[in-house]
Amino acid sequence: MSVEDPSPPAAARPPGRLLARFVLLALVGVALAVGAVAAFGPVRVARPSAEVALPYTPEPKFAVEIRKPAGPPVFHTGIKDANGKSVTMACAECHKTREPNAANRLGRPMAFFHQALKGQHGNLACVACHNSTEANASLRLADGTSLPYTEVMQLCAQCHGPQYRSYQHGAHGGMAGYWDLSKGGRTRANCVDCHNPHAPKYQPVQPARATNDRGAAKETGHE
Amino acid sequence: MSEPKKFALPVLGEVDRRTALKAGAATLGVTAWAAAIQPWFEWTTELNVDEFLQKHYRELTAEQKLAVFRHLEEDAKKQYGADVHISDPLPLPGVQYAYALNLSICIGCRKCAEACHVENNHDRPTHQSYIRVFEMQKGGIDFAKGDCHYDHPVPAPDKYYMPVQCQHCENAPCVKACPVEATWAEPDGIVVVDYNWCIGCRYCEAACPYHARRFNWQKPEIPADEVNPNQGYLSNRVRPQGVMEKCTFCLHRVREGRMPACLEACPTGARVFGNVLDPDSEIRWVLDNKRVFVLKEELGTKPRFFYFFDK
Repeated sequence: MSVEDPSPPAAARPPGRLLARFVLLALVGVALAVGAVAAFGPVRVARPSAEVALPYTPEPKFAVEIRKPAGPPVFHTGIKDANGKSVTMACAECHKTREPNAANRLGRPMAFFHQALKGQHGNLACVACHNSTEANASLRLADGTSLPYTEVMQLCAQCHGPQYRSYQHGAHGGMAGYWDLSKGGRTRANCVDCHNPHAPKYQPVQPARATNDRGAAKETGHE
Repeated sequence: MSEPKKFALPVLGEVDRRTALKAGAATLGVTAWAAAIQPWFEWTTELNVDEFLQKHYRELTAEQKLAVFRHLEEDAKKQYGADVHISDPLPLPGVQYAYALNLSICIGCRKCAEACHVENNHDRPTHQSYIRVFEMQKGGIDFAKGDCHYDHPVPAPDKYYMPVQCQHCENAPCVKACPVEATWAEPDGIVVVDYNWCIGCRYCEAACPYHARRFNWQKPEIPADEVNPNQGYLSNRVRPQGVMEKCTFCLHRVREGRMPACLEACPTGARVFGNVLDPDSEIRWVLDNKRVFVLKEELGTKPRFFYFFDK
């Protein structure tokens, strides 16, 4: 094996190779120049593409209607009149003459009246929510202001802020109608549609029938 | 050279070996050909020439679409005895749909699955639905311990409920798996199937990590008075036998501004739907303010369906 330098002396190199080197160097130079212009040169403003549409944010033309409770509750006497209609009484029928007992609390059995009322909602006193000064025809906010029964959600929101916040942003409470309020309205449930104010925990329900398709087939325990 | 051997065959009489082989091969050939063209003799009114020659949905002109829809409406009348209207609402520019589900308030009542069953003209005997609700053990998200066949009052103690339907992935494995491009993502993000183009190979079903696709093993059975007449070509029209189907976010409803049927059926309001591009939309508020997550994030499917807990 030869130990000599295999490359011929510079003088002996064919001129074609020298030319190739020059061309290569020139190419590298051009590439660097292009790269420098691209990196540090004037910034070109990108033209908005015609395909990208602006977000669709239509003006609402229809309202979001929150269902309201019927108003002050009525007392069902259990008696039927001559026409077979059940006889009901307004709260005030009794409460205009009888002072409510401020010590009464939900979850504690009542000695007189409301014996059937059972529930669990913290350790709330009746007068925490019911306004005894207006013969119980209204609700009472924590600061003592009177509140009509139809506006019950305000009362609930005093303690259940996170739920109310979610509700206001459509992330709590059943609804139906249109997501696009420029095409149609929406109705929403209120708190007491689903939660009994005296026992607010959502009551268990029997689920609808499951599908029996193959994909949902029960595991047969095959290996 | 000896004399060629002669065979005595019925009808043909005495023939040589070569002729006998030719005759045998010809008989086999004719039989095979008859078997091959046999489906053509089973051509019925259900198999329509126009439908057979129909182009891909995305290549149809408006007039061709109308002709297809009218034909499908006649078909529904003939096969199901129902007067249906098939429409094709187009995607709205500037709209990208997304869905979020609040696992803290879902009670597992399956009303969403039931509403889907009714809205999307699912097969009655199998009680099919695009939504499967899993009863999950609190403390983790382990579908192996989940059960979608529960039949007891809900919510049960120590359980939570996880409805799973098509996640309308931005990077949908099912779309990539389809060998005939019968399924694709629309510009508003809804992954749809052209039931007239689908060949029923079920590759997409195998590709979907969420088991969200269903196959029509049989022709769906629906009584005439239960058929939902408000139908979309790409969504809830009654699917033929042998094709894939899936949740379309109720495309025929949402592209007209309405909520999906599953959302309206939800009694607790666990479901949130809307246009993510609208900064004031409910869905946007949820994505911005709740700690949302997606199923099987590690697969890189980029679902448009999000889950969250309140706490």
